[in-house]
Amino acid sequence: MEGLERIVREHPFFAGLKEGFCQLISGCAKNVRFEAGQYLFHEGQAADQFYILRSGRVALEMSAPTRSLTIQTLGEDEIVGASWLVAPYRWGFDAKALELTRAISMDAACLRGKCEDDHDLGYEMMKRFAPVLIQRLQATRLQILDVYGTRS
Amino acid sequence: MALVAEKGAAVPAHDPMLPRVARVRKRQRDLADVWTLNLEMEDGEPLKFAPGQFNMLTVFGVGEIPISISGDPAQDGGGLVHTIRDVGTVSGALARLGPGSAVGVRGPFGTSWPVEEAKGNDVVILAGGLGLAPLRPMIYSVLANRKHYGKVALLYGARGPGEILFRAELEQWRRRLDIELQVTVDHAETDWYGSVGVVTTLIPRATFDPQNTVAVVCGPEIMMRFGAAALRKAGVGDQSMYLSMERSMKCAVGLCGHCQLGSAFVCRDGPVFRNDQLGSLMTVKEL
Ligand SMILES: Cc1cc2nc3c(=O)[nH]c(=O)nc-3n(C[C@H](O)[C@H](O)[C@H](O)COP(=O)(O)OP(=O)(O)OC[C@H]3O[C@@H](n4cnc5c(N)ncnc54)[C@H](O)[C@@H]3O)c2cc1C
Ligand code: FES
Repeated sequence: MEGLERIVREHPFFAGLKEGFCQLISGCAKNVRFEAGQYLFHEGQAADQFYILRSGRVALEMSAPTRSLTIQTLGEDEIVGASWLVAPYRWGFDAKALELTRAISMDAACLRGKCEDDHDLGYEMMKRFAPVLIQRLQATRLQILDVYGTRS
Repeated sequence: MALVAEKGAAVPAHDPMLPRVARVRKRQRDLADVWTLNLEMEDGEPLKFAPGQFNMLTVFGVGEIPISISGDPAQDGGGLVHTIRDVGTVSGALARLGPGSAVGVRGPFGTSWPVEEAKGNDVVILAGGLGLAPLRPMIYSVLANRKHYGKVALLYGARGPGEILFRAELEQWRRRLDIELQVTVDHAETDWYGSVGVVTTLIPRATFDPQNTVAVVCGPEIMMRFGAAALRKAGVGDQSMYLSMERSMKCAVGLCGHCQLGSAFVCRDGPVFRNDQLGSLMTVKEL
């Protein structure tokens, strides 16, 4: 557990988080690894965790009737999954390890419970997730604009 | 307003309003709608240029358009290379010219990339789509004088795996151990093993010291706007960021006002602008 607490404390995503909160969060964390090609989760499944990547790469994929598309790839220090934050807590895509990937898996129900119990912790978590969500939204807008498609 | 990005830019050696005749020496298809032409001046006198500058190319009987030089400035006479996307009348006619065809050339015009200012600094080269072409002369210069620069990161974004420009050359650069090369695409099927996501996502993943970095950015204007914002967020100052702007042109020598961008003329004060001097002009629509 001590090792996990250190990893959480030192991770850029949790930078500046109070010692007590780091301990609380570490209680919901565990170390996981995925082999290349292994899925972290599938679309439609319960989003009962999210991942903070420590090494490796993960592709977020969506299946269309005739083809499978990669919508984004994520790497070291990046967050996989935000669906655990909002009901009905279901994944909207598949997540596949592209290479050997090590991550911290966060138990979402555990973390949601702790955030409910202590809104200061909840606010700290929201402050960390909101920028990630905004960044992804902006990136998605750019992708939709298809800026390289035509001269613009 | 003086918006000159780099003092070392070359000026035309001949009457800038009179096209000189060049011949297509080689024509190569890069992508479905993108072609690279290697030109040779018919009078044998090579055209000296600085990275980032452009020429006005004429297809006789069709018209004239500005096209950046995408060749190696150090290659005497052999660097007169242009990479053209077929989007309309003149670009389409240029792209179809076979070896031996005549092309009118006026130039070189405009400001250049900060090859000298960047010395002693880390360099981030952020390119999107066809924007890699005007940046290629800068890449050649930096790599040819590698020891004068700190870390060099080339971050390139394309629409999809099939639309990656200069792919063979990117692979060569990736094999070098003294440059960090990252490529990402906006759209891909699951058989693509590389990165998917917009080019700005590569910035936090790259290694450079933002306080001592010169960043050069070229691509569609929206991509450059987002790119500049992401570089700023990473700690790079606007005074260390250079962008290449495009506006329609006629004279290319600062006379007609066709290429006006606020109080600046893109042909004379640009196309390469320092971002602190560009300021809000970037959101000014074409006149
Ligand atoms: C400094 C500078 C450097 C350039 N470098 C390159 C280069 O290296 N390679 C290259 O392929 N192009 C480059 N361009 C753009 C190129 O000049 C235009 O694509 C060209 O003028 C189009 O002319 P056309 O006769 O082929 O198209 P037209 O028949 O005039 O237009 C066809 C369509 O293209 C659109 N279009 C025309 N010009 C532009 C433009 N500048 N941006 C966006 N859409 C446009 C028009 O709105 C129209 O829909 C550069 C432009 C500038 C100002
Ligand atoms: S094109 Fe005439 S002033 Fe720039």
